[in-house]
Amino acid sequence: MKDIPHPPVCDMGVQIGGLRLANPIMPASGTFSEDLSDVFDLDILGAHVLKTIMRDARAGNPTPRVCDLQGGMLNAIGIPSKGIDDFRDRMLPYWAGYKAPLIVSISAHTVDEFAQLCREVTLPGVAAIEANISCPNIEADGRAFAMRPDTTEQVVQRLRAETDLPLWAKLTPNTGEPVDVALAAEAAGADALVVANTALGMSIDVTTRQPRLGNIMGGISGPAIKPIALRMTYQIARACRIPVIGCGGIATRDDALEFMIAGARAVQVGTATFQSPTVMARLVAELSEWASAEGLTSIEEIIGSVGTPRGDMS
Amino acid sequence: MTVHPTVLSVPAPPGVIPRCAEARTRVVSNTPVNGEYRLLTLDAPAEVLACHPGQFFQLLCPEPDGEHPFLRRPMSIYGYDADAGQLQFLYKVTGAGTRGLATLKPDDGLNVLGPLGQGFTMPENRQNLLLLARGVGLATLAPLARMAQRKGRSLTAICSARRPELAMSVDLFRSYGAEVIVVHDADESATPEALRILIEAQIAKRRIDAFYTCGSARLLRLLQDIGARHGIPGEVAMEQQMACGIGMCQACVRSFHDGDQVVHRRVCREGPVFPISEAIA
Repeated sequence: MKDIPHPPVCDMGVQIGGLRLANPIMPASGTFSEDLSDVFDLDILGAHVLKTIMRDARAGNPTPRVCDLQGGMLNAIGIPSKGIDDFRDRMLPYWAGYKAPLIVSISAHTVDEFAQLCREVTLPGVAAIEANISCPNIEADGRAFAMRPDTTEQVVQRLRAETDLPLWAKLTPNTGEPVDVALAAEAAGADALVVANTALGMSIDVTTRQPRLGNIMGGISGPAIKPIALRMTYQIARACRIPVIGCGGIATRDDALEFMIAGARAVQVGTATFQSPTVMARLVAELSEWASAEGLTSIEEIIGSVGTPRGDMS
Repeated sequence: MTVHPTVLSVPAPPGVIPRCAEARTRVVSNTPVNGEYRLLTLDAPAEVLACHPGQFFQLLCPEPDGEHPFLRRPMSIYGYDADAGQLQFLYKVTGAGTRGLATLKPDDGLNVLGPLGQGFTMPENRQNLLLLARGVGLATLAPLARMAQRKGRSLTAICSARRPELAMSVDLFRSYGAEVIVVHDADESATPEALRILIEAQIAKRRIDAFYTCGSARLLRLLQDIGARHGIPGEVAMEQQMACGIGMCQACVRSFHDGDQVVHRRVCREGPVFPISEAIA
């Protein structure tokens, strides 16, 4: 009897520093919660990234908190948070029921508050901390630590001193020096970089002459920002030694592949889940099918495999 | 290409029947009603048809000319029939999303997510019901009238509109055995003052166990006031702009009374139906 040849199966696992993920697909912070378990089995994801928590309970921004754009959306949710006690007493036990590593996103107004929260969420059951140093919706005019290398270094250094957990820094496109900011985070001890948060934007209803968001300004997400996030991923992955996790407008298998080929070791999917809550489940399956069909033995083979343009103007 | 109604297949949590699903439906018809509204009838798979009155769907609307409704649009359920495999929405064309819906033709596909949210409740101690709504809000209450009939409850439906001929679903409410009272702006029978007299007269005539309403802040305030005076509970289906529709994004919060505190609740998840006494108009 002849052996029936098995289709080669590609290992979809990726290494993010000391953390091994079963596959490269995870949610972007703020677009994911236990509510999505109504739609599919959340354990098929590479990791679970929670909505940013801040230390004290806060209400968030006035409504409207979202609006449509061509190719995306604007949001100024403003991090409504039930605070650290709710995280420790309610959320952490809930997420302990899953196998996928739990990534806890945190933010704060000051370095001291940030450091304290980092210490407080360093708990059993937390696989890594994502420092949201890039939210455009909690300070006036969208200011954030990750807009400058010096403030990035200060905050990441303090966080590094407070935790032994893997520390991811989520960067912002709202800076003229993304590579310097990334290098500052790396030098300060970040274990990985998430590239990137939303781009600061605005929209006005011309009939009422009112801003479409209660917060006036907000973060652009969705396909509209994909080329920006992809460009930053490419720049930062070339410049830094620590892993880059791509994030920005990823909605299809090829979007995810683009970011990985540009140098991302994993990707976060956000706004696409609002359009199609099943999208991450599909991406996990489609990426695996693609990798096996390509004859890869590990999905990691494609990371940073971007070629050089074949121009003919030499 | 023919669209076959189907659920977008994804792994379900072990031992759990997903509460809602993302599905591809097929347009059966999409026709004008009363001049201002349109009725959309869809062939839908069984997985999205276990609905409760007051729940809603998130519709991925097609793009009309020159407009880009990127986010899904929440739409309350007008009708659902698991045996016929059909789902209905009654909508007024007001923005990019509903302008997109208006372009749908028979056999077109439409991606829907649902059913979503917490619907109306009708416990045994609510035998005599009074429903009050205006305009397209009446569509949200149509499945409630059917539920009342199936549970053998007595229902009075006060249907408010700008003109009597614009009052939605009057015949539908009657077919569900409701006593229908049409009020309108033309003869000033729809003002809060006139409605207060009308509802007080209903209460004087017979016991009313519960109020049901939706949409209008004015009607909500009126029922809050009358309900508080007479100790009559009630439920209101509320609206808010949404992004995800399933509870993740926190975009659709509104303020509610919780004891002596004011708290935020997600209209998509804790609602869209809330106790009238806790809602803030």
